Amino acid sequence: MGWIVAGFAAWAIGFWINVRLARLPRSRVTGLAVPVIFGVTLLVIWECFVRGLGVPSVILPPPSAIAVRFAASTHILWQDFVQTAIKGALTGYVLGCGAAFLMAVAVDRFSFLQRGLLPVGNFVAALPIIGMAPILVMWFGFDWQSKAAVVVVMVFFPMLVNTVQGLQASERMQRDLMRTYAASYWQTLFKLRLPAAMPFVFNGLKITTTLALIGAIVAEFFGSPIKGMGFRISTSVGQLALDLVWAEIVVAAMAGSAFYGGVALLERSLTFWHPSQRGRAS
Amino acid sequence: MRRTVLPVLTVLAAILVIWYAGAVWLNAAWAQDRATRAGVELSLVELVADTWAQDKPKLPAPHQVAAELWRTTVEQKVTSRRSLIHHSWVTLSATLLGFALGTVLGVALAIGIVYNRVMDMSVMPWVIASQTIPILAIAPMIIVVLNAVGISGLLPKAMISMYLSFFPVVVGMVKGLRSPGIMQLDQMTTWNASPAQMFWKLRLPSSMPYLFTSMKVAMAASLVGAIVGELPTGAVAGLGARLLAGSYYGQTIQIWSALFMAAALAACLVALIGAVQRVVLRRMGMA
Repeated sequence: MGWIVAGFAAWAIGFWINVRLARLPRSRVTGLAVPVIFGVTLLVIWECFVRGLGVPSVILPPPSAIAVRFAASTHILWQDFVQTAIKGALTGYVLGCGAAFLMAVAVDRFSFLQRGLLPVGNFVAALPIIGMAPILVMWFGFDWQSKAAVVVVMVFFPMLVNTVQGLQASERMQRDLMRTYAASYWQTLFKLRLPAAMPFVFNGLKITTTLALIGAIVAEFFGSPIKGMGFRISTSVGQLALDLVWAEIVVAAMAGSAFYGGVALLERSLTFWHPSQRGRAS
Repeated sequence: MRRTVLPVLTVLAAILVIWYAGAVWLNAAWAQDRATRAGVELSLVELVADTWAQDKPKLPAPHQVAAELWRTTVEQKVTSRRSLIHHSWVTLSATLLGFALGTVLGVALAIGIVYNRVMDMSVMPWVIASQTIPILAIAPMIIVVLNAVGISGLLPKAMISMYLSFFPVVVGMVKGLRSPGIMQLDQMTTWNASPAQMFWKLRLPSSMPYLFTSMKVAMAASLVGAIVGELPTGAVAGLGARLLAGSYYGQTIQIWSALFMAAALAACLVALIGAVQRVVLRRMGMA
């Protein structure tokens, strides 16, 4: 009973603090503190209710148990992280995005290809590509190569569509100006059109970070060596070791957020001139 | 219209050609292998013919997939477990339920975020963070846990679809509900409009284009969620189950046909939303 009361108390306190903070003028500190307090309050409520209601740990382990498990099995988690996130997701992400980028530049030169590929690409980007996973696992074997292949296929089309769109983003006036400078195709590409395409390119890069991790993990459900985050999740669910599953989820969440955050930071430093970035500097 | 049809057809034809060539290239090894074991020398024509007609090819040729699709949709009774339409219906029902739940949740969250400063500051960052978590990865756990609690069947899959589909709706609706300009809001104020009137007569109507755009994304995401949600249930029914069963038994043609069915389903659902969008926006005088 005490735990449940404590849970409600944590709820009330967190809510009260956030309401007070939200009334203050918006600044960096409140912008950061409010979501953090919200998250911490959620965790405390989770802990209190799981303990108070006696939820068995095979259904929902409390956060403290997950933290203990996390600390105890760091070497397994690290091994899985390297196998899935670095070897599978990151390799596939770099290959897929790189190929899509080059393809977009090539497609952009021929308006016939552009008109043909864009609708097809848009269509394919909306398809459940994750279904390709069993086929690619069959082709490339159980190790990380097949996971990288799934990631390549998953990130290719969203990236292609975004980059092609970005290459059209420079304005007619700007392109005409480059012409009056007698700039060659490559000069126009590198000095005007690629920089102008950067916001779109980064949009594609950010969307595909999550896709890359999802692709690598789900591909492991269809067959994998005895390590990897997807393998660990599916076998631990079978053994009802849910605390390990949640620890793996924490790793996935941290990897996903760090990946996304890294790309966002890169974006901020490379496209500092874009209106969507300018306001944040101050 | 004419300007895009020809290039699109060219690209599609190119894909078909690459596909047939790929089928020859990937399946040739197995065909050669079998031929040497039988002690026969294959001519080029025979080799190509063999690679396009194998039972369990590495890459089935398009006409094989089409034949399988025809066999499992038209020639089977709809109620039969071999019918792809039966499996599609299982997946579709989970997709639609998840999509409906996700859209309702997304719109509710968006209204909360637009009208409540505390929610805006505390929930919005977490909504974004929630999508950096590869939710599909924990789909099996959600299914198993919900099964243990006694919830089974449609709902667990729909929950995963919901989680995937609420995000685009939240982001789109927040943008949409905030899209009326200050002039329009001022105009409503000069008419002494109540907050409810402001919402029903200005904010909600002007958010409609955003809603439909994000609903298309949400629908595609929801289908992916339903398919992945079917993987851990032990391949009982649904397109995801067909994928898993196909990969267990090396039935590549079955995998590809399930994949094409899923693609067709996604295309139909998105097109349906597009049609509703056109009708609604025209009635509202926005298109």
